[in-house]
Amino acid sequence: MAAGNLVQGALFTVMVVRAAMLRDPGFADELAQQIKRSPRFFQSAPVVLDLRGVENFTEAEEFERVRDRLGALTLTIVGVQNAQPAQLEAATAAGLASFAPNASTQPRAGSSAAPPAAPRARLVTEPVRSGTQIYARGGDLIVTAAVSPGAELIADGNIHVYGVLRGRALAGAGGDTTARIFCTRLEAELVSIAGRYLVSEHLPPETRSFPMQIALVDDQLTITRN
Amino acid sequence: MGAETDLREDKPIGPAKAGREAGLAKVIVITSGKGGVGKTTTSAAFAAGLALRGHKTVVIDFDVGLRNLDLVMGCERRVVFDFINVINGDANLNQALIKDKRHDNLFIFPTSQTRDKNALKREGVERVMEELKQQFEYIICDSPAGIEHGAITALYFADSAIIVTNPEVSSVRDSDRIIGILASRSRRAERNESPVDVHLLLTRYDPARVAKGEMLAVEDVKEILSIPLLGVIPESESVLRASNTGTPVVFDENSPAGRAYVDAVARFLGEQREMRFLKPERRNFFRALFGRA
Repeated sequence: MAAGNLVQGALFTVMVVRAAMLRDPGFADELAQQIKRSPRFFQSAPVVLDLRGVENFTEAEEFERVRDRLGALTLTIVGVQNAQPAQLEAATAAGLASFAPNASTQPRAGSSAAPPAAPRARLVTEPVRSGTQIYARGGDLIVTAAVSPGAELIADGNIHVYGVLRGRALAGAGGDTTARIFCTRLEAELVSIAGRYLVSEHLPPETRSFPMQIALVDDQLTITRN
Repeated sequence: MGAETDLREDKPIGPAKAGREAGLAKVIVITSGKGGVGKTTTSAAFAAGLALRGHKTVVIDFDVGLRNLDLVMGCERRVVFDFINVINGDANLNQALIKDKRHDNLFIFPTSQTRDKNALKREGVERVMEELKQQFEYIICDSPAGIEHGAITALYFADSAIIVTNPEVSSVRDSDRIIGILASRSRRAERNESPVDVHLLLTRYDPARVAKGEMLAVEDVKEILSIPLLGVIPESESVLRASNTGTPVVFDENSPAGRAYVDAVARFLGEQREMRFLKPERRNFFRALFGRA
């Protein structure tokens, strides 16, 4: 084996938990709810603790306590972000990795900390044929071609179709009620957001073949002209 | 008819023309998902059309257990060994290939009527394909309907696909499904090679019924399937006559369908030809006077 193969780079999607949020008593419940909605997504998922704006966490055992709390929720803490030097030292002692940016390397330019990594959208550029199912886990799905009848688009986030949507589209599949569906021509068999759905028979006829946006408003699927 | 047996050649069938040496042997699957849309008629017409253009061509029947190609090609009384015999090693290729009586470049490879699709073992089919590639320029695979083992095996080795579609919604949807399968389950897809090049052939097209709104128009089908259009074959009495007499319709020069197939073959070979038979036929005065030509 060539020596170059021993170390390889790879990119991962990692959840970031704000340390400031941990003080909120409702936080654990809310997170537990979220995990219950899509348990497979969260199972043993790696978590980075963002220490921005918190003064404590200068002792290794504070990290141990967080490790236990998140562990109870099936999450695994793997590192810290935005740590002050003392916090970083304690985190290292607790066996946690350092994720950029940290205070020592961070230019002092106000709130210029890198935004938490947004889940990447899945992009599909070929027509989605009948019988095909595409799932964008944890993010948006963008299709730049037609979606045929009998095809199924599923996304935990929004669904965008730059073409005719003739198949099914299920946005917010993980329970996200703010997810939306956008298409340049609505002729769908079924649209659904966070479990609420409409079949084509119940889609208002005046929306047919027009560019439309579908959202959940007061628990009702609402279709508006784009 | 005793003279017929002379035409079957037990010897190797001549040197490969442009076949394998030049890497040009091309496998074309004729498929549709839906049954009864004209796959076998198209396979016969296309194979004969390619042969008429000087290309050494074989047409294989993949519809094991529902053998029809031999009838449409008019060689049903000359079948001794078949595709499954060759796959199983019970016969060699040249014992099973039937040479067409109308054209030297055209060969028919019949299938078994007594077996079922499970007899199509992928390794066996692959071996037969490789052998055929050494002798022929074009290998036309007449797929069975459906999306099960038989249809998947027929399209697996394809370089090109001709999607036979009728101008009606259920046929269009099934075509769409099979295009998706070609893009995900063909050998080219599995090996991450350049995708199978897919062509649309619209058959049984009746411009008068399209004008009345009873049939989908060419544009509608093209828009839904979004693949290039190879040709439009008009609904024509000559097609039924051709399959009943066992003569591929391209041999009938008076048939609009035959001429449309000749055009489609020319387009497949890279020629530009205007689409014909898209408008309702104007009632010809003389024809009205003297009855149908």
